[in-house]
Amino acid sequence: MSLITVKNLSVAYGANTVLRDVSLVVEPGEIVTIVGPNGSGKSSLLRAIIGATEPASGEIFLKPGLKIGYVPQRLHVDPTLPITVERFMRLTDRVSKADCRSALAAAAVPDLLKRQMSRLSGGQFQRVMLARALINRPDVLLLDEATQGLDQPGSAAFYQQIETVRRDTGCAVLMVSHELHVVMSASDRVICLNGHVCCEGAPAVVASAPEYRALFGTGTGGALALYRHDHGHDHNHDHPQSHEVDD
Amino acid sequence: MLDDFMTRATLAGVGVAFAAAPLGCFVVWRRMAFFGDATAHAAILGVALSLALNISVFAGAMAVALIMALVVTLLAGRGYAMDTLLGVLAHSSLAFGLVAVSFLSGIRVDLMAYLFGDILAVSRSDLVVIWGGAALVVALVAWRWSALLTSTLSEELAYASGLDPKREQLILTVALAITVAVAIKVVGVLLIAAMLIVPAAAARGLARTPETMAVIATAIGAISAVAGLQGAYVLDTPAGPSIVCVAAILFAGLNLIGWRNRSGA
Repeated sequence: MSLITVKNLSVAYGANTVLRDVSLVVEPGEIVTIVGPNGSGKSSLLRAIIGATEPASGEIFLKPGLKIGYVPQRLHVDPTLPITVERFMRLTDRVSKADCRSALAAAAVPDLLKRQMSRLSGGQFQRVMLARALINRPDVLLLDEATQGLDQPGSAAFYQQIETVRRDTGCAVLMVSHELHVVMSASDRVICLNGHVCCEGAPAVVASAPEYRALFGTGTGGALALYRHDHGHDHNHDHPQSHEVDD
Repeated sequence: MLDDFMTRATLAGVGVAFAAAPLGCFVVWRRMAFFGDATAHAAILGVALSLALNISVFAGAMAVALIMALVVTLLAGRGYAMDTLLGVLAHSSLAFGLVAVSFLSGIRVDLMAYLFGDILAVSRSDLVVIWGGAALVVALVAWRWSALLTSTLSEELAYASGLDPKREQLILTVALAITVAVAIKVVGVLLIAAMLIVPAAAARGLARTPETMAVIATAIGAISAVAGLQGAYVLDTPAGPSIVCVAAILFAGLNLIGWRNRSGA
């Protein structure tokens, strides 16, 4: 059974419709990436899936008992709120100290248990959030621009971690990003979103789809393609994996 | 034992500290300080109405505080910033309350008692209301602790774990209204926000987790109540402000110690 099924979803804020007739399915164990320009409704889609936004129409089915591990776009820990990494790991689930330790070790940030959340670097913070999301063995991991604020090597390493997690635990991943070249190499399926689903498929297929190129320029030209719209340039990459950093 | 007015006053002060300190932590973390202040100011209208209608001051103050908090929550995000709405509603209801009180002929209303509290006049039945209200607030906050903390850190995280942050916000609002209502007699509407915020702020430097901060804040609030009342008795100063003064001195002292330790280390 599919983990998440979205059928003909529309989301509107007042008179402003941000998503029209969006359908998608997330199957167990697959990595699905949603790409789209700013304001394309990527975050609204995730918010609707977790129940933070009421759909204007359409339906969202979650597999009964589905455990979601969520990594938000940005999390601001107010400096007046003291909280150690260990306490943060236990925020929503009762877990043992040993489980906290192993989850942090798996996220490549061991030895942080006693540190204050507000003292972590951006990369450490995102990895702790990932570890927290994974600690209760979720069926699906939702990531909303989880690498915002990380530099390029940092976000590449973060997405490699996601692939490792999927390999080791078999959990599905649904993520939203605009860092095209990094995320596309890690995905099984890419959904290109701009208010509606423009195109969908394997990374290589999407990268060469005319709808995608109209939005992002050609190939896997990197995040800068977002702004360049390099339409004259025309060759299709069959192996997006080989393009880690090519802008 | 309860025949002694100082004993009753001390019990009343400690009761308010128990409710205000843990709730105050959330007020500080969520940057709702002005919200607490505004809710308290609005309560004076409730005081005036309950005097005019001859109902319990506690009920009137709580009803108005609750209505104000709910109206602000409803209106927020419809074009006005939160602090603008609070400023309009809170100070308007304070002004209407003060004007309404002036119409109340027949009874001599000692407004100062509601603005700054009248802790030395706490009766046995006041004690029941204060401790009942405080117990309710502590129970609410303890029951929703984990959900409140998650919603405070991130709305999305709360939704993803199956919580409703809007409901948690409502619970905080209700707890705040109850606290304001029970604290009127003790510190008065002008100093309630201090009982919420000062102990929590003083506890911040000593705490490493949210739970320890709430516990330390409660201790600081209780110490302030006891020491403030003793100070007021010895020095013949107003009781409510004396309690807040002790809390403020503790805040300054703990910060100085923390600052010295950090720079010395």
